[in-house]
Amino acid sequence: MKNASARGLLYVGLFVLYLLHNDLWYWNDGRLVLGLPIGLLYHFGFSVASSVLLFLLVRHAWPRHLEVETEEESRS
Amino acid sequence: MTITVIFVYLALILVVGTMSHKLFRGTGEDFFVASRSFGSFLLLMSLFGANMTAFAILGASGEAYHSGIGVFALMASSSGLIIPTVFYFVGTRLWSLGKRLGYLTQIQYFRQRYDSDFLGLVLFFVISALMIPYVLVGFMGSGITLSQTTNGQLPEWLGGLIVCGVTLAYVTYGGMRGTVWVNTLQVLVFMTFGLAAFFVVFNKFGGIEAGMQMVADKHPDLLIRGKHITPLQLLSYTCIPLSVGMFPHMFLHWLTAKRASTFRYTLVFYPLCIAVVWLPSVLLGVLGSVDFPDLKGPAANSVLARMIELHAPGVLAGFLAAGVLSAIMNSMDSQTLAMGTMFTQDIVRHYGFHDKMSEKQQVLYGRLFIVTIIVGTYLLSLVVDRSIFRISVWTFTGFAAMFPVVFAAVFWKRSTKYGALASVFSVAALWLYFFTNKIEDVGGGMMPVALFLAVSTVAMVIGSLLTKPPAPEILQKFFPGDGAIAAEKVVSSAHSRAAA
Repeated sequence: MKNASARGLLYVGLFVLYLLHNDLWYWNDGRLVLGLPIGLLYHFGFSVASSVLLFLLVRHAWPRHLEVETEEESRS
Repeated sequence: MTITVIFVYLALILVVGTMSHKLFRGTGEDFFVASRSFGSFLLLMSLFGANMTAFAILGASGEAYHSGIGVFALMASSSGLIIPTVFYFVGTRLWSLGKRLGYLTQIQYFRQRYDSDFLGLVLFFVISALMIPYVLVGFMGSGITLSQTTNGQLPEWLGGLIVCGVTLAYVTYGGMRGTVWVNTLQVLVFMTFGLAAFFVVFNKFGGIEAGMQMVADKHPDLLIRGKHITPLQLLSYTCIPLSVGMFPHMFLHWLTAKRASTFRYTLVFYPLCIAVVWLPSVLLGVLGSVDFPDLKGPAANSVLARMIELHAPGVLAGFLAAGVLSAIMNSMDSQTLAMGTMFTQDIVRHYGFHDKMSEKQQVLYGRLFIVTIIVGTYLLSLVVDRSIFRISVWTFTGFAAMFPVVFAAVFWKRSTKYGALASVFSVAALWLYFFTNKIEDVGGGMMPVALFLAVSTVAMVIGSLLTKPPAPEILQKFFPGDGAIAAEKVVSSAHSRAAA
């Protein structure tokens, strides 16, 4: 995956995940799944999904130029 | 026994804070940002700890007691996505600028980025005014916790005073290094004992499922969002975590990173850390409705402490109280240190001593201001009686609404000081109006923060476009690499518009 396209895809991923945060489908669902209310379990899963997406972001779309800029400025 | 455990823990904190002083280099930069030397683990612990306040532990459980499980979606899962995203887009860039240009406070950055002393002064007063209630909830939370877990042996005023004294000691003596070392210990303690509290209390109910079943039988509305939270409220609450972009203590902690890549682990683990802390708090708050069904209003802030006192008295109650105190103290210390840094660098040094201030004087003034803030806020906590959750939300609202200021400063070359001033003044005016009139819903459950953010963004855009673009040398300084091209482009397009 090229860096620019990876970055674009991951930014779209962030937006999609943000939309998925609004889970209207579990709003009035009080079922217990794995001992937890399903609305709560969903958002726990959402937290795990956020962590995975952020892992991909630091792996494929890290702003490396910041490191270079800072080092160059320090040398000059 | 509970009191003994708490005092032993507080003594341990003092020892750790004091030990850090051995590495103190005697400079202002070392006192305020630990010579920008921290690695990944300490950065994660300090950023996470600084953000986990009485709000996260006591406020979350208190609000879950009233509103149910939806509190986790409102603040925890949205924060788990948005806060690290702000770190990624804004934090890393401000770290880079801070390191290159030697900043110690965000106001130094804004003052130079927008070439305006006045903007710096306005921001100093607005940020300080918003920070006071944030520190306040810490003192309120510590007083409540110590009073409840010791069954009233330590009254709330004394609990707050003890925490005030301990925080004062390690922040003023150890500076940023002492604060972060203690923060790291505290984060580990509150995560460990938070989980311990969760399992011990739920075990008394026969497990998580059995506990939740009891809630389902007695208060089924607490296991859904139902009418407690509206979809618009959930959507607009996602604006609240943007506040980290403008928190002075977050900026200060960003500067402590050794390099940009130090942020990587923080981004990945932040959502998980939040979930691990908030899930037990919310579940225990909901479960509290079974044991203590009649808590009204702010009294629910004490539901977690009451649960601990009821189900895990003795040594374990002491450990659990220590965990809660940890969460409270590790945000109070960062907040007071940040305010001390701002006062020293942005007021005393900038207006009084310019660059003639010695390193020793910088540290002295920082310490004096920290003492003033802590003592003043403690005294205020003795007379204030509002929900911890609500006070915190108002503080977050103010900071989140100013997010366009930092975002435009970092990414929008055409933004100007007038745009920034318009943005800050619009937020201040709206905040004062809504806060004094106690308006917490702008229609359909939408939080005021969404409206503030929209107005603040429009003010920034209009204010910037109607005024002269920034000078080319400013753009070259703040947008290295493409600064020269950007400067020419921005200035020439503005001139073309003026000519037309």
